[in-house]
Amino acid sequence: MQQKTKKLVLYVAGQTPKSLAAISNLRRICEEHMPGRYVIEVIDLRQNPKLAREHNIIAIPTLVRELPVPMRKIIGDLSDEEKVLVSLRLGEE
Amino acid sequence: MSAVGISKSPTGIGGFDDLTLGGVPTGRPTLVCGSAGCGKTLFASTFLIHGARQFDEPGVFVTFEERPTDIVANVASLGFELDTLIAEDKITIEHILVDPIELAEIGEYDLEGLFLRLELAIDAIGAKRVVLDTIESLFSAFNNPAILRAEIRRLFDWLKDKGMTTVITAERGDGSLTRQGLEEYVSDCVILLDHRVNSQVSTRRMRIVKYRGTAHGTNEYPFLIDEDGFSVLPVSSLALDHKVHEDIITSGVPDLDAMIATGGFYRGTSILISGVAGAGKSSLAASFANSGCAGGERVLYFSFEESSAQTVRNMRSIGINLQPWLDADRLRHIAARPTFYSLEMHLAVMLREISRFDPSLVVLDPISALLGSGDQQEVQAMLLRIVDFLKNRGATAVFTHLAHSQEGAVATDAGMSSLMDAWILMLNREVNGEFNRELYLLKARGAAHSNQVREFVMHSDGIRLLPPFLGQGRALTGSARRAEEARVRREEIIRTKEVGRLRLAANERRRVALARIEQLNAEIEASEHELHLMEDAETEYLRQSGRDLKEMEASRRA
Repeated sequence: MQQKTKKLVLYVAGQTPKSLAAISNLRRICEEHMPGRYVIEVIDLRQNPKLAREHNIIAIPTLVRELPVPMRKIIGDLSDEEKVLVSLRLGEE
Repeated sequence: MSAVGISKSPTGIGGFDDLTLGGVPTGRPTLVCGSAGCGKTLFASTFLIHGARQFDEPGVFVTFEERPTDIVANVASLGFELDTLIAEDKITIEHILVDPIELAEIGEYDLEGLFLRLELAIDAIGAKRVVLDTIESLFSAFNNPAILRAEIRRLFDWLKDKGMTTVITAERGDGSLTRQGLEEYVSDCVILLDHRVNSQVSTRRMRIVKYRGTAHGTNEYPFLIDEDGFSVLPVSSLALDHKVHEDIITSGVPDLDAMIATGGFYRGTSILISGVAGAGKSSLAASFANSGCAGGERVLYFSFEESSAQTVRNMRSIGINLQPWLDADRLRHIAARPTFYSLEMHLAVMLREISRFDPSLVVLDPISALLGSGDQQEVQAMLLRIVDFLKNRGATAVFTHLAHSQEGAVATDAGMSSLMDAWILMLNREVNGEFNRELYLLKARGAAHSNQVREFVMHSDGIRLLPPFLGQGRALTGSARRAEEARVRREEIIRTKEVGRLRLAANERRRVALARIEQLNAEIEASEHELHLMEDAETEYLRQSGRDLKEMEASRRA
């Protein structure tokens, strides 16, 4: 099983319950299903709102899978593990 | 009347600010809804651009549909240099691209990203105005309407808290103002734009559905999108409080002016010239225009039947030369077929031209042509607006109206005779096999006027009104008048001749008598002479005979 490292960027805005939930959900899923093969970057748009414009972020939280291409976006607090996995197609790639 | 407690931000849209007594509510959201292509985006961008340029209120244009370059290009055709304003940091376009395909939704989320971007844009230029065009696009991007609604409500509240004067555009939905029921969230001001096609003629209309805390007109108002941008028609004033003028304008027909005690018509009044075909309505109207121009006034002539060149040519035949006035731009002639626009468009175009040219005399020739483009009520409403509009400006209005019948022609088709201050009725009556034009001054408010029917005669040197010939117990016109005049002339000649003859005869008799006196005198003289001679002879005889007697006596004695 040669799986590439995934680069995941999670956009949040401050310490809101949804943001905190999304961060912990993402960390847990990644650790369970692809330990060691992921990089998570959390960007707080409240600190750096220009990035919202640059990356065209509307909803919070938004998870962007930058690598591997194609880029994919998931919005929400990632509370449904199955769906997150399907959406990221973590199992196939 | 003025809105206490509500301050308003002018939109710079002609007419709209008058209608709402100041503009949209400051620091509050205004919803502009309407179907596709009815001018929502233009309304919004005009609001923003005027704000940035005229009122020093920078603005953020949030577009969910069109790209920024398209928006700049769209309004460039209207003379709005949006790119300059963007370069000067007076306007920012924030493009919120929604692409539903690459999104998956898992769990709870909010639109904080949108808020952050908006805040960034607002703070960057110190914006006071915001446009959201069209926020409903979000509904196609996100699947959870409950979240969206909550977020949109939060967005509006947030904008309100920030004191942003906001215009939100939305598509018209079936049976509701907007597809997603946004009107529920915007409680301050809702404007509905409409684009209707009636008898193949399209009309744009605007209505203020609600405007909390302020008086506003509730009617539908036509609006215009043209090279000048978005303009709502100036409203008919609710009050009759226009300025009254005392000075007099002339009709260009001295005979007509002389029929009124004041020597002409009051400035700023509405004058109706009605009559059947060929009665000379346009000619009289042109005479008004001509005399106005000659008096240094600016005259606007709307013709719905004749082109400018045609009018000039036709009027030259009665000694009215309009060309110099046209060349000097003192007279402007605007010709448009009634079917070219809808009624509202006509009105809009007319009002705009009047505002631009600022004439003191306006001619509409003929208003009856407009009856084809709308029902009577609409035409009447439109004329009322024009009349009010012109009165407010103190401009004199001359309307011609084609009547189809002149028997009892004291009611016009459009039923607007009561709107008019003066009414000139023109008749074309058949008497003894010929038609003669007649003119009657039916009413002239505020001035005593002649009650006579005058004969209206057009010559190559102008228009004259002949006083009627009163003969045989009635007023005569045309040939009948000329025949009567000739008969009277003939009688007069015969009478004069008779008098001459009698005078001649009397003189003759006198001369004869004098001659006879002369002759008798001569006879008397001759007789006296003869008598004298006889007396002399007698005296001589007596003396001789005496002497003879003495001689005889002497001889006998001797």
